[in-house]
Amino acid sequence: MRRREFLTLSTTSIGGAFVYSLDREISRLSPQGNQPIRIPLRFFSQAEARIVAAAASRIFPSDEMGPGAREAGVAIYIDRQLAGPWGRDRYRYTHGPFEEKAPAEFGYQGKATPRQIYRQGLQGLKRFDRLKDGEQDEKLKQIEATLFFSLLRQNTIEGMFCDPMHGGNIDMVGWQLIGFPGPRMSNYDDVDQHYGEAFRPKPVSLREVTGRKVRPGEDLE
Amino acid sequence: MKTLPTVDVVIVGGGWTGLLMAKELGSRTALSVVVLERGGPRETDHYGDDMDELDYTIRFRMMQDISQETVTLRHDSNHRALPLRQYGSFLPGSGIGGAGEHWSAVCPRFLPDCFELLSRTTEKYGAARLPEDHAIQDWGISYDDLEPHYARADLLLGVSGKAGNIRGKQSEGGNIFEGWRSAEYPTPPTKIPYFSAVFGETAKSLGYHPYPVPAATTSRSYTNPDGVSRAGCTYCGFCETFGCMIGAKAQPTNILLPVIAKRKNVSIRTGAWVRRIVHDAPEGNSKARGVAYIDGKGEEVFQAAELIILASWTLNNTRLLLLSGIGEAYHPATSEGTLGRNLTHQVVFSAATAFFEKPLNRFMGSGASGMMLSDLDGDVFDHGKLPFLRGGTLGARTARSLPISDCGVVPKSVNTTWGSEWKKAALHYYDRVGRISFSGEHLAYKGNYMDLDPVYKDHFDDPLLRLTLDWRENERKMVEYVVPKAVEIAREMGAKEVTPYSGLRRYDATRYQSSHLQGGTIMGRSPEHSVVNPCLQHWQVPNLFVLGASVFPQNASANPTPTILAFTYRAADAIVDRYLKNPAALV
Repeated sequence: MRRREFLTLSTTSIGGAFVYSLDREISRLSPQGNQPIRIPLRFFSQAEARIVAAAASRIFPSDEMGPGAREAGVAIYIDRQLAGPWGRDRYRYTHGPFEEKAPAEFGYQGKATPRQIYRQGLQGLKRFDRLKDGEQDEKLKQIEATLFFSLLRQNTIEGMFCDPMHGGNIDMVGWQLIGFPGPRMSNYDDVDQHYGEAFRPKPVSLREVTGRKVRPGEDLE
Repeated sequence: MKTLPTVDVVIVGGGWTGLLMAKELGSRTALSVVVLERGGPRETDHYGDDMDELDYTIRFRMMQDISQETVTLRHDSNHRALPLRQYGSFLPGSGIGGAGEHWSAVCPRFLPDCFELLSRTTEKYGAARLPEDHAIQDWGISYDDLEPHYARADLLLGVSGKAGNIRGKQSEGGNIFEGWRSAEYPTPPTKIPYFSAVFGETAKSLGYHPYPVPAATTSRSYTNPDGVSRAGCTYCGFCETFGCMIGAKAQPTNILLPVIAKRKNVSIRTGAWVRRIVHDAPEGNSKARGVAYIDGKGEEVFQAAELIILASWTLNNTRLLLLSGIGEAYHPATSEGTLGRNLTHQVVFSAATAFFEKPLNRFMGSGASGMMLSDLDGDVFDHGKLPFLRGGTLGARTARSLPISDCGVVPKSVNTTWGSEWKKAALHYYDRVGRISFSGEHLAYKGNYMDLDPVYKDHFDDPLLRLTLDWRENERKMVEYVVPKAVEIAREMGAKEVTPYSGLRRYDATRYQSSHLQGGTIMGRSPEHSVVNPCLQHWQVPNLFVLGASVFPQNASANPTPTILAFTYRAADAIVDRYLKNPAALV
């Protein structure tokens, strides 16, 4: 059993959205001064989680356009995915032999699992979270062509826009940014209306729609 | 191995074809019918809580477990094949209902000349115009033979649409290029979302003949001839890779299972992984005795049966026959052998990705709601002076716009893929991008085929199926011809920027194409060139029938489900009306 690790975030570092996710529950935390928030980690060490949070935040920054990876809880989302079946390659054909240098049309052919790719990739980003924004961008540009970066980018987008039950998209900030209403049951009255005008119903999560907790894939098996 | 008492019929696979055959045989005869499905069970109202993009679209919750079995791919027979380690260009379903649960429900028919492609093309353009390496064949039946069965399939599903040709009388607003229909569609067209509506109006102004996409996500509530009722579609947008949470999309679980459940002579076993069809003689005319499978507890079972229906997913039909040693494997060098030949996919891509100023509200729609046109399909336009044969449809479906999959599609003028500048463009364009998609015909070639892989194995240590597959000049030239036309429509629609399709290079297993693969156990008029006869009965093993797109000699540009169902009805008639009276070769 590994030592229990937490991602500790100051309230300022998550940018005023005082929302965080514990093991299963998404809950809202009232802003009480500058109390740090401790989120239990499933896969990352605290140092790794801080680096992933910082890197995701350069990929999808919090800026004048609105909240980004930090507010959405992307690092928490990635931590859970890596701890779950996807992280250990449950959804991939992993019989050998492996042809690591296959042409791109064949997709990823390597042996390393997402967990291994992250662990190795993070080796190259030691103390990344302590760098300034511009230095972080420079560092990421150096690894842009790596498999680790493409996974990190894809996982950041997933964490921005997944249903909140997966730990990302906290408070549906990602959906609000783009005007996606979530799993809205009926658009019957609206689908052939609003031509040329933005129609933006208030987002709803799967749990709100179904009225019950749905078990996310990362908690299976 | 446990041996179970002989049943009249065993059906391998519990998807569209297996369950339709089970419904037909179960209702029209007193035969004992057992359906073996290797995936899990599902009920009619299975999909209350599946509207989650991550688990269903990104992690493929409804698909076959690729960690257990996949296929290998190589572009030509000089190369070593590699396994497809994660899903990409196609998505095989698993569990009761199979791929019929997670489909988009697009329901066109094939153009009449598709069924006689070799003779019609040769007649019009001469044999010299056929690609050198082609393996194009006639199907052994005509559209006229199939039309009554198409009509049954339409009624079964309650397809929504507008006919363009009822018994030869053309009508505006429908597809005037389609084959004749004996009747109007069972339900009127779906509602048309904004982006699709603009596509339709613009295409019409340019002289094309757009029509509403035929849809089995029905426009209103519908009761089919079996007495099964479904609600109308609510345009939630969660169709492809999902089951329908209100049952508006026609799926095997909501239109076939309720009928089968009332028939005591039909039983369904899930978790039953069929590994072999057991038969008397390895070659020549023989009789199948039953199937060997691994049940949910891991126990080996032999199910004896008088009649065997092979109705698993299209690629697995070929694999099971190869593993069972039924028929002669195809040899591309000599063109001898028939099993595994004529592998085709479908040429599907976004021909023009168009960026607009106005928001499109693309989250509203269904897998099949939209407009399409057939002016560039089949041989609708003259190919006399063109460097390719055949064609395909252009369409603007407003199928869905799920944020993980779609956020980040930005114009070429944005040259970063992360950071603030990219984020700004990704947010702005998320709901301002529409795709004009092309669905084109993939011809059959001698060098595109299937056999067993010599290296890679499944979790039972059986060899994987190996695909030898690549595009040819005909597809590439077709794409070059069509893309500028799609770009012209997009610009005329008012797009600020348009990204044209970059062109077909090698077959790319990472980019979703469609789940429409064909061939391997093809039908035809003679056993020298086909695996099954036009009744879908195996030429060498008369008590074995094969259902599904594996019997298609080549792809036909349109999505295949109604055609697959029509052929299943036709095979059911052949079995009930003729085979059961005299269990022998029907042709």
